[in-house]
Amino acid sequence: MTEVRADTGERAPADATDESGTAGRIAKREREMADRAVRVAERGSKPTRVVSARVSVWLRLREMWRARELFVFLVRKEIKVKYKNSVLGFLWSMLNPALTLAVFYVLFTYFLPNGIPHFVIYMFSAMLVWNLYQTALIGGTTSVVLNAGIVKKVAFPREILVLASVGAAFMFFFYQSIVMIIFMFAFRHVPAWGDIWLLIPALAAIIVFASALAIFLAAVNVYLRDTQHLIEVLLVAWFWAIPTVYAFSGRVHEALERHTILFIPHTKLIWLYFANPVTPVVMTFQRFFFNDFNPHSTIATHPILANGHVAPYTVHALIPVLANYPVHWFVGADLAVLGVSVLLFLGALSVFGHLEGNFAEEL
Amino acid sequence: MTTNIAVDVVGVSKRFRLYHEKYYSLKERVLHLGNNSYEDFWALKDISFEVAEGQTVGILGRNGSGKSTLLKCMSGILQPTKGKIVVRGNLAALLELGAGFQPELSGRENIFLNASLLGMSTREVERRFDEIVGFAELENFIDNQVKYYSSGMYVRLGFAVAVNVDPDILVVDEVLAVGDENFQRKCMGRIKEFQNDGRTILFVTHSADLVRVICDTAAVLSSGEMIGYTSAAEAVALYHEHLLTLAPESAITASEPVSEVPIYRPVGLATVDVEHPGTGTRDYLLPGESLTVHVGFEAHEPVSDMVIGVEIHDQFGEMVYSSDTEILGQRIDVPVGSGRADLTFEHIPFLDGAYNVAIELKSGLGIVYDRREMLPFKVMNPGRSRGVVALDLRVDIRTASLS
Repeated sequence: MTEVRADTGERAPADATDESGTAGRIAKREREMADRAVRVAERGSKPTRVVSARVSVWLRLREMWRARELFVFLVRKEIKVKYKNSVLGFLWSMLNPALTLAVFYVLFTYFLPNGIPHFVIYMFSAMLVWNLYQTALIGGTTSVVLNAGIVKKVAFPREILVLASVGAAFMFFFYQSIVMIIFMFAFRHVPAWGDIWLLIPALAAIIVFASALAIFLAAVNVYLRDTQHLIEVLLVAWFWAIPTVYAFSGRVHEALERHTILFIPHTKLIWLYFANPVTPVVMTFQRFFFNDFNPHSTIATHPILANGHVAPYTVHALIPVLANYPVHWFVGADLAVLGVSVLLFLGALSVFGHLEGNFAEEL
Repeated sequence: MTTNIAVDVVGVSKRFRLYHEKYYSLKERVLHLGNNSYEDFWALKDISFEVAEGQTVGILGRNGSGKSTLLKCMSGILQPTKGKIVVRGNLAALLELGAGFQPELSGRENIFLNASLLGMSTREVERRFDEIVGFAELENFIDNQVKYYSSGMYVRLGFAVAVNVDPDILVVDEVLAVGDENFQRKCMGRIKEFQNDGRTILFVTHSADLVRVICDTAAVLSSGEMIGYTSAAEAVALYHEHLLTLAPESAITASEPVSEVPIYRPVGLATVDVEHPGTGTRDYLLPGESLTVHVGFEAHEPVSDMVIGVEIHDQFGEMVYSSDTEILGQRIDVPVGSGRADLTFEHIPFLDGAYNVAIELKSGLGIVYDRREMLPFKVMNPGRSRGVVALDLRVDIRTASLS
């Protein structure tokens, strides 16, 4: 037997706790807890939030409403970041559409005259809507993926990111409109002031429609990154489905009435044309800005012959550029788009909610 | 005492799909349709607990135990696959400081943007703006673009915004590990303030020490399951115990690998036992208690000048103590037969943690005859002081009034 004593050479404390006695410690803690309880009570009532796999659309809308200030900041951020570090900065938001307008003016006045007076205004009034729609859609679709850093780390209603993109698009639309008005003033082109109220349902319709589509696509884009490229191509085709660079009345209108949808009998292609939610909005804008549905313009057209065939030659004829629909047609069409868009919006929120659960891991 | 529940976690499970290959494009998705194999991984398995208002609750767990996932679910960044979490009151999560800062924007603009991201109203930010800037110590740089900030400034600003959001429930995820010491102290002070205000705090960490200092109760997570939800001290003990069960894989043991032990063994270890006052009853030591290692050995040949070495390693395999009988000036000559040695540490001066004892028999020249490792013991500190060593502290206070 060997007895070995390993001396640590240190004196360990008898009582390792830093407070005097167990009883005193407990009493102190209880006092602390009681004090705290009083303060807990003072803090009053609080909102309740539920985190679960299923959140109702109404709850989502409420959360979005609560985050409205965030929306404003995000819109502001988007505009600021876009022109940061450029010399002219914010001025670009005006300069850009002004230069575009100038190019179109030169192009359609000197190189590609098509007989429609002030065609630039006709085209640009459609471009206002189209740019708003396109910017909102592309910006919105990519918004969640581009803001992955925030989405993964901060909890907030993510739809706000999409809506902020739409909001920023609306701000750019606003600046473009100012340029447009200045341009019209310079060319003494008077808009249809009496119809200005028509712009309200039209704008509401296009904004809600773009938001609905963008919310849906933004969620899908997280899982399928093709979405953002696909939508760009789709928008190119879509652009030609609205009367921007061509006049709706006359030849286009007639052709649309004459042709069927995919050879299905008793259908008219024009139904499909007007099923495009952007079209009525664009037409409303043209009605206000271009204000010329009884023009003195000549358009080179292929006349329809007596036997129903299209003539191989063109004649210059006086034809209205705009569709000669009554005011209530525009109101009805815009409100119909708005109504459908609201439903689409709610549906998009529901889809977004289902897909949102895995955003943080998919990004 | 109020019994209002601030956070109610009800049967929360979270499944992650681990795809063997991740496909983002349409083409890839179509090509791999059906044969895109994945494994279901449950990061959280049926977690349920309640957090009363005004409590500070720690969530303890090793890396990958699901604690951050739980936190993300609570703050609403992730949605649980099953179950729900009811949160009463404004919740601010400090998962990553400065998340969502826009490098192109100035510090001022970022404060407003970040605060509204965290759910603070503009009016509130305006009211607290100076306080936020003061806390972040960025008075001179607040109108500079954030991209020119140093990482320290960035983090300070992030924390300053987050703690000024005025949440009812604050969720902190190991963010205190950043910043310099001075700033860390400030953060801790702020958390204390929060506690005293009667706010609820959820604190995620793998540092048992922090839990002991800050928390009232703690949940211990292990690979997605909650293995305990009790008082902070008990949870810390549970956590240490849990670490111990994992020790063989996780701890890096001993400076000398066992394979170096030569085949020739004139003497070998028979039994090695660790005994301390807690043996049998509570299976852990209190700081300052004694510990004895009973070493039994058998000699096939007489060995002159045998040396018994003892080492203590902490749970990370770091050696905290090493000595041997030669150093202590005890010469051991062993005849053929068996012998016993009792190595006693009168006072174990550790505060907290799981430790391992290693014993080796070697010749006076250092040739190792036999070695045994991984003899565990635990120390648990019932008090609130933290650190590694239990030091004997006495405080004398003298005050003199001026008048």
